[in-house]
Amino acid sequence: MNGILLNIDWPFLIEKLVLIAIVVSISLVVAMYTTFAERKVAGLLQDRPGPNRAGPFGILQPLADGMKLFFKEEIIPNFSSKALFVLGPGLAMLTAIMTSAVIPWGDKIILPGGREMQLQIADVNIGILYVFAVVSLGVYGIMVGAWASNNKYSLMGGLRAASQIISYELALGLSLIALLMFTGTLSLKEMVVQQQQGGWGGLLSWNILKQPLGFFIFLVCAFAECNRTPFDLPEAENELIGGYHTEYSSMKLGFYLFSEYVNMFISSAVMVTLFFGGYDIPFLNEANLAVNTAAILGVVAFFIKIACFLFLFIWVRWTIPRFRYDQLMHLGWRIMIPLALFNMMATGAAILFFNK
Amino acid sequence: MQSLTNRFQPVDRSPMTIWEKMYIPAIAKGMGITFSHIFKKNPTIQFPEKTRPFSPVFRGLHILNRDEEGRENCTACGLCAVACPAEAITMEAAERLPGEEHLYREEKYAAKYEINMLRCIFCGFCEDACPKDAIYLSESFMPSDYLRSQFIYKKEDLLIPDPKEDPEAYKKALGNRASQKKQKD
Repeated sequence: MNGILLNIDWPFLIEKLVLIAIVVSISLVVAMYTTFAERKVAGLLQDRPGPNRAGPFGILQPLADGMKLFFKEEIIPNFSSKALFVLGPGLAMLTAIMTSAVIPWGDKIILPGGREMQLQIADVNIGILYVFAVVSLGVYGIMVGAWASNNKYSLMGGLRAASQIISYELALGLSLIALLMFTGTLSLKEMVVQQQQGGWGGLLSWNILKQPLGFFIFLVCAFAECNRTPFDLPEAENELIGGYHTEYSSMKLGFYLFSEYVNMFISSAVMVTLFFGGYDIPFLNEANLAVNTAAILGVVAFFIKIACFLFLFIWVRWTIPRFRYDQLMHLGWRIMIPLALFNMMATGAAILFFNK
Repeated sequence: MQSLTNRFQPVDRSPMTIWEKMYIPAIAKGMGITFSHIFKKNPTIQFPEKTRPFSPVFRGLHILNRDEEGRENCTACGLCAVACPAEAITMEAAERLPGEEHLYREEKYAAKYEINMLRCIFCGFCEDACPKDAIYLSESFMPSDYLRSQFIYKKEDLLIPDPKEDPEAYKKALGNRASQKKQKD
């Protein structure tokens, strides 16, 4: 027994557990403040101040919202499947957070004991496939909740979510294949390392410059995967009341709404990692700095990039109206997928041509 | 059809061009518009801290006026009640007893004076009818309440603060309206 316990790499285990705790709590806090940013930015775009009563500049607003949701009456309809009804929001939240495991948040830091610590929970060599797998699971949270509600509006919302996410996943995957041809790796960490080397302090090697069309397709599909406007048909308030969360109340509803923001955060992180050099700081040679300073600056740069994407998500939401459902399907199947296929072929041809 | 104004514009129903079908330029334009609004001044007034000034003819909650020595002006003549189109005002008169001269300006006063604020239409006819300068519509709102009974304002609710004891509150309650009216008269 002792032997087994001694064989476990305890520092490694503790390090990873601490990292998981930090990453999850940061994801949640960022998601929390994205809800606040959403309301503030909406205010800015609409010539009004936005929430400004709870605390200075309203920064306690998300806490107040959370408190409110916790204290609301919890209603589980007696015609619902109770177990699934409870499982739904939990599943949505779980899958939203799980993706954060493979994202490289920064370079390694050296702990006081001289131990190197990677700022990534798991550098699996199929990182991007893992992201895909978990993102596809995300639809189950919505579907299970919608089905369990035993409500026609919820069911419609669930159906829409399922077909929308499946349709856009195809184009998402195809746009990534073109990227993977360039990088030749599925590991997110390695992609970032590749993007750090190149002219202009790494800026020229960012994948966005090699794959602008691929990035655009990825971006549109990310909006669809996160159920964000203009693709927020699963919850289309004016047609489906609340869509899949019509029957939900209290913190279960909160979980659904919150998981959307976590999803936004994580997909921004994935986009930054894939196309915008991850934690790479342009015009700065990280090798000249101390390891820890470079790592911390890298994390800061990463979060700044993520913040820009979150702003984009919010900005688009308060500009573009919702698509009609047939327009959504038309866009997904007849425009995005052919475009992604074309991008893939063109990339392949270019690689063949220039590598000869 | 003959158009009434020359602002009439025919709807363009021609099919979309490829440029329009791409959506992207239109989306970019829209995002540009929303982004430009970040830099615009917003017209919000932070309400409880700041208030918008009322129009000079604003007619708010009633006040029963006092003279400079703090005596009630009202003599319970009933002209306001007669003038009131909503029949919101009721009053009972009483005779001033010796020794009450510091309370009431004339020999007769209103022992009871009630306005039903749910009936009142804030037309200001009572103010016009009053010969004794005793009732004014002030520049304050009627607060909301949960009970109908709370909307029947008694004399104590309507009386203006005493100018001798609390000149500041008196001035504030009187507002601009009363002084304007005095000038007009």
